[in-house]
Amino acid sequence: MSKRIDVKDLNVYYGNFLAVEDVSINIEAKSVTAFIGPSGCGKSTFLRTLNRMHEVLPGARVEGEVLLDGDNLYGPGVDPVTVRSQIGMVFQRPNPFPTMSIRDNVLAGVKLNNQKFSKGEADTLVERSLQGANLWNEVKDRLEKPGSGLSGGQQQRLCIARAIAVEPQVILMDEPCSALDPISTLAIEDLINELKDQYTVVIVTHNMQQAARVSDRTAFFNIAGTGKPGKLIEYGDTHTIFSNPTVKATEDYVSGRFG
Amino acid sequence: MTATLTPVRSKRSALTKGQLPKYAPYVVLATALIIGAAVLALIGFNAFGWGILSAILFAAGLVGWSAAVEGSRKAKDKLATCLVVGSFLVALLPLVSVIWTVLVNGVPGIITPGFLTNSMNGVTGAYDNKAVEAGAPVLGGIYHALLGTVQITLLATVISVPVGLLTAVYLVEYGNDGRLARAITFFVDVMTGIPSIVAGLFAAAFFFAVVGPGTKTGAVAAVALSVLMIPVVVRSSEEMLKIVPNELREAAYALGVRKWRTILKVVIPTAISGIASGVTLAIARVIGETAPILVTAGFATNINNNVFGGWMASLPTFIYTQILNPTSPSNPGPSSQRAWGAALVLIILVMILNLGARLIARIFAPKTGR
Repeated sequence: MSKRIDVKDLNVYYGNFLAVEDVSINIEAKSVTAFIGPSGCGKSTFLRTLNRMHEVLPGARVEGEVLLDGDNLYGPGVDPVTVRSQIGMVFQRPNPFPTMSIRDNVLAGVKLNNQKFSKGEADTLVERSLQGANLWNEVKDRLEKPGSGLSGGQQQRLCIARAIAVEPQVILMDEPCSALDPISTLAIEDLINELKDQYTVVIVTHNMQQAARVSDRTAFFNIAGTGKPGKLIEYGDTHTIFSNPTVKATEDYVSGRFG
Repeated sequence: MTATLTPVRSKRSALTKGQLPKYAPYVVLATALIIGAAVLALIGFNAFGWGILSAILFAAGLVGWSAAVEGSRKAKDKLATCLVVGSFLVALLPLVSVIWTVLVNGVPGIITPGFLTNSMNGVTGAYDNKAVEAGAPVLGGIYHALLGTVQITLLATVISVPVGLLTAVYLVEYGNDGRLARAITFFVDVMTGIPSIVAGLFAAAFFFAVVGPGTKTGAVAAVALSVLMIPVVVRSSEEMLKIVPNELREAAYALGVRKWRTILKVVIPTAISGIASGVTLAIARVIGETAPILVTAGFATNINNNVFGGWMASLPTFIYTQILNPTSPSNPGPSSQRAWGAALVLIILVMILNLGARLIARIFAPKTGR
């Protein structure tokens, strides 16, 4: 239940502005890939193109190919909704649906798509997803309470549970820990380690220690200056990127001599 | 180590300045009232002048005293407080006055037996003359008008809410601020400013042209009212949909939920409390319209249960005709009593609607408990 992603010569635009230029990258199945780089270098933008969330913004468009196990996400006739049900996403700020209970939040992806299932199946799905997000023990007694009553870290894990409840092939995480305290961050990082047994995980992070801790491979993005497009500078094993990068800019960034 | 003891000053801390005693405002108020009364007694007393003069004296006295004791900053603070509270009282005055007048004049009408359950069918000037001259009970009631108001307003709501809400959904979710969306916004703004009589004439002319000359029914009035309601519903729903965080839409999209289902199941439920109270306020806005109903539904003294056929009474037009054309021209007293009673019922209706809006807002509000 996980697929690999191959990106070929991808250009990402906002209107006429080229935000990310010419990225080619191969993301392995059942691994954690981290995107690092300074703010505004296009790593989040690029991440959003991997499940066609980029085009939700007005004027945003993409040139190039993104292959999910060989199928082009941007091929003619591809329904973005199908793509997004295969490639889930967790956002920077926890965003549980405020009108729904914890249980309904987990079931949101299935329920909102109007799939029919029995109460027993729903219970199993809720428990499995919350177990998978390491949240079951904390919320099992208050599943009918609103999701917005949880702490920030719990909310983020609820969002992860919501994402894995639709059983995606890939999970994209856009700085999932940047709004969380160190303890919640640790909980999420442990979770990412477990998730990679089943899912392909791609994570954008500003925290280089985090990238070093959780990821198998790391991609470094950078921009030449304001108004210039972001580019993929270097991509390789996390260990290599952090200890023995081939590009000077990467070395400067990971050692803190930059920006 | 020896502790250095700072001698405690007996009088007051160096951090404080002079302070007015707690009773200061009351003293100033009492003085202002007395002086105001005394001054007015010299030139002829009236309550209105007394209130104004006392308020000015109170403000001047309190600010002056404060400036002398507490310094200029506190005095300015007191002046601002006086202005704010004064404006509040001025704004409240007409409201209280209206409610009081309507209560005093309307209660005798309302407590008349049969006022809420009878129509004006068959009530003629002769009965009113008898009521005034022989002390017989005032006959006739507002049942037909109440029924008409409820029917017309309900139908207007049924027309306006889907149109208004769907327009708002288009503007916020699909319009992308394009040319069409901007045109709609512009015309909705223009519609907001349409005088209600023009809306009434439009509906009347429209039905005259489509159905036939002289078509006056509750439905025509409902169309006229919905012309007035739609812009209000669009505007309030639009604002409510706009404040739904984009993150929630993205969260739903990222789960593979289609856009229309996202709107239906995530965006609208999140905004429903605001939308519901906006709709209720829009209803409250049109329920008291008189002119458009007069030209579209005419006026009736009998009960009309069919909103699609025949002339229909409503509370505002009932009040209007009872005051302007009393049932008994020689003894307008009973008519005026019925009109005030109807006015009180109308105000109570609007109040219930507002309370209902708050209740709805509370019921639908996103849950935050732990």
